[in-house]
Order: sequence, then structure tokens, then C-alpha cells
Amino acid sequence: MELCSFLTLDSFITDPLTHDFMRKALLMSSLVAAVCGFLSSYLTLKGWALMGDAVSHSVMPGVVVAYALGLPFSLGAFIFGVGSVALIGFIKQKSRVKEDTVIGLVFTGFFALGIVLVSKIKSNIDLHSILFGSPLGISLSDVKQTIFISLLVVILLSIFRKDLMLYCFDPRHAKTVGINVLFLHYLLLTCLSLAAVVGLQSVGIILVVAMLITPGATAYLLTDKFDNMTIISVLSAIISSLIGIYISFWFDLETGGSIVLAQTFIFLFAFLFAPRYGIFKLKKFFAGYK
Amino acid sequence: MESINYQNFRIDAENICVDYNGKVALYDANLRLKPGQICGLVGMNGAGKTTFFNALTGFVNISKGKIRINGESVKSAQKDQTIAYVPQSEGIDSQFPINVWDVVMMGRYGSMNIFRCPRESDVQAVKDAIERVDLTDHLSTPIGNLSGGQRKRTFLARAIAQRASILLLDEPFSGVDIRTEKLISELFIQFKNEGKTILLSTHDMIHVREFCDLVLLINKTVVAYGETSEVFTPENITTTFGGISPDFLFGPES
Repeated sequence: MELCSFLTLDSFITDPLTHDFMRKALLMSSLVAAVCGFLSSYLTLKGWALMGDAVSHSVMPGVVVAYALGLPFSLGAFIFGVGSVALIGFIKQKSRVKEDTVIGLVFTGFFALGIVLVSKIKSNIDLHSILFGSPLGISLSDVKQTIFISLLVVILLSIFRKDLMLYCFDPRHAKTVGINVLFLHYLLLTCLSLAAVVGLQSVGIILVVAMLITPGATAYLLTDKFDNMTIISVLSAIISSLIGIYISFWFDLETGGSIVLAQTFIFLFAFLFAPRYGIFKLKKFFAGYK
Repeated sequence: MESINYQNFRIDAENICVDYNGKVALYDANLRLKPGQICGLVGMNGAGKTTFFNALTGFVNISKGKIRINGESVKSAQKDQTIAYVPQSEGIDSQFPINVWDVVMMGRYGSMNIFRCPRESDVQAVKDAIERVDLTDHLSTPIGNLSGGQRKRTFLARAIAQRASILLLDEPFSGVDIRTEKLISELFIQFKNEGKTILLSTHDMIHVREFCDLVLLINKTVVAYGETSEVFTPENITTTFGGISPDFLFGPES
């Protein structure tokens, strides 16, 4: 893959598409990005960034155990993701330790357990692909799992879209008008665990939290409408994935890291030039720009 | 021999207690309100005002006692859209990406289908509510761009759109402009004539004397309750605020 081979933009884009693994990586990563981006709006508004970090790290032992037992990795990951949240809630309620401390100690504990398990269970587990993702080497069974989970999350979020927005905005009002707030709480946590499970294939356990918060944060700087925020979040996540994968293909860079870096750059761009909330407020330069 | 017909009371809270993980926030509190009554809830910060509201809306569970809303449980009151809660300004994330119309529409969620698709009647209710609080020019304004008074009116419109018969208002007059204050007072009189029951917490003694038929003084429990003219005395107020004179507390503010 020499640099001279993408002298034209056309070949820069089309050459990778001749590879089967690249087509698959681009498609699957876009799907995963869309799911994480959709959820991202809710997590950033709810202030659950740390929770996202916790859940995504906590799935590690689940992935290892599932591989060792020959079960679908998403099942193990999901159990440990939800388990970590339950444990955080339990310790918080039963002790005087502050919430962010509890979150920090629970997820690092789970993560450490995962690393220890990998070293003990000498199987064909590739620690590197769990930690940093391997969208280029995704297997057919993983593809099926990812599509199934992604569709499930998208359907759940679509059905309860407005209720979840209300839950993030004013849970007290939701409760007052008879909406089941506890259900929404666990629904959001479930979607978070599921999104972390699919996201880790793209960018790995360590960086999956970026997929869950960066697109939402970017969109938050660009709009004052919730629906637009969701759309922008999803689009920026997909675009970042595509950019990241292409860049990693041509320059032989770590794919997961490239995707997250692309997201970070888009965020920085919004941070600097967002029409209303950017540091340089582009609106001043383009009067009438919307 | 029960002489009281509980159906007559909009709110009937009997000996309610609320504790958060063993820490008592409110104990043995009683309150009975009829349709068309406006009651002021007065107490220090941390005296249990918000906890009282939370108990009535079902946002926290009571550990002891009984709450009847129109003679029924809090849960069925929620289902019937009986109670509306107007939060205090600090309780809301004003940077949330949402506009006036969508906030007021949230008042209708409880009576919509699971997808929360507005029907003709919901749209009309929202329009009317926004008109009553005089925000028709700000339908699509994000709440972050509103003044404190306009934001307060937005949440009042949400309560109106909900068509609740009981309104709970947490500090409705704090941080609002004169225009909003006047509009809210006018609305209170209309609500009273419509037979709605209002419970409002306030720091402002003048407002209590002005609007409230009844007053409930609390400090973790009920210090005094009754007709404002009888109960709202300097002695009771001093007791409520832990021995500090009301002039000292409210002089500079009001």
C-alpha cells in the first residue's frame, strides 16, 4: 500500500473497497457507530460518561469467559456489563463512599479480573483485539451478533425515544405523569451495555467509551434541538468511522485508535467553530448560516 | 364512626414519614386540602419542603403514613394526570436542547400512546397553555435562551397543558421578573376559580399573605397548619425557622 497509489481521491476511496475485509469493516463499523452515536445523545445529556466508561471496561471478564466457554462473546459481556452497574448501585447504597469513587473502583476491579483471566486461560484469545478492537478481522458469527444487537438497541431507543428524553430532562415530571422511570433507567443501562458490547469490536474495550460520548458532545455544541442532536451525533459517528478506517488502511495505523481520533478531531472542530457555541462562533462570519 | 368523607379532599396526607437511607427528612406530617384552596408551604432549606412534594408526586416512597389524592392512591393519581409539578429553576438543566413547545408537550405525555404521538387535542392543549402564559412568540425558542421568568412560565404552561387538578409549585416566585410575577398571580386566581388545588413553597412572606388561604409551616414535621390569618404569626414563623426572627431572615430579600 504505497502512498503514491492514492494520487487521486477516487482511488483513495475505491481501492480499499476491492478488499472483502475492508467492505465488511466499513459496513460493520458504520453500523456500530450509528448505534453508539444514537445512544450518545442520551448519555451526554444524562451525564453518564463515567457510567459508560465503567460499563465498557467491566465487560472484559465477560468477553474472556465467553470465549473460553465457547459462548457468544456478547452474552458474557452483557452479563458483566449489567452486573457492574448492579454492583455499583449496591455498594453506593450500602456504604458512605461517593458514587464516582464507587464507579472507578468497580470497573477497574472488573477490568483487572479480565486481564488476569486472559493470562490464566491460555486459549486463542487475542488480548490485543479485545483491548484495541479489530474491525478488519471480524468473523461471520460476530457480524451476525453485531447486526442483531444493533437492531435491538435501535428499535428500543426508537420506541422509547421521547420517554428517554423526558427521563434525561426531568425525571420528576416523568414520574408525576405516571411514566415508569425505573424501567427507563434500566432500559438506558441495558442499551448502554449492549452498545458497549458491539462498540468494543470496532475500537476495543479501552476506547469504546469515546464512541459513547464524543459524538453526543459534538452534536450538543451544534444544535439546540434534541432530534437534530441525535441525527448529528449519528452522522458524525459514522463519518468518523469511515475516515478512521480509510486512514488506518492507507497509513497502516491502528484502526480503533484512528476512528476515535477522527471523532476527537470532529469534536475539536465543533468546539472551535460551532455557529453558536464554538469559541470562534462561525455565525459571525456567515450571516444567515444555519 | 368516620365522619369525614375523604372524597372531599383533593390532598389527604396522614402522618407521612420519608427517610433517605435511614436519614429522616420528614416525619408525622399531615395535610388536607380541598378543591379551590391555595396553600403555602413554608420552611427553611432542608426542612422537607421538596421532600413533601416528592412524596405527593410519588417520586419518593413514604416509609409510614398514608397519602390519598382525590380519595385514591398516588399511583392512580399519576395515571389520571391529577398532579402537576412545577420545578424550581435550579432543578432543571437549562442547557438541555429543547424548545418551549416540546417542554409544554411533555405535559401531555402521560395521556398519549407509547410513542407519544400528539393528537389534535394535545396540540390544542399545548397551544392554549402557551397562550395563557403569554409565550406564543417563543414557541420554538430553546429554553436556554429564555429569561428566568419565561422559563418559569414554560413549566407552568406544561402543568396547564397536563390539565391537572392539583398543582405543586416549588418556589414559583424565585428569580422571576415583575411581569411574570403578575402573570403567575393572575393565573393563581383563575386556577382557584377553576377549582384547582395549589400547594406552593415560597421564601417570600408577602406572597403567603397575598395568595394563600392556608399555610403549612414545616421543620421536618408540621410546626403549624391552618388559615393564614390565624397561623401565620411571628411566633410560629420564628419556631419554624429555628428561633431566628423572620425579619432577620426575610427583611433584605422581600
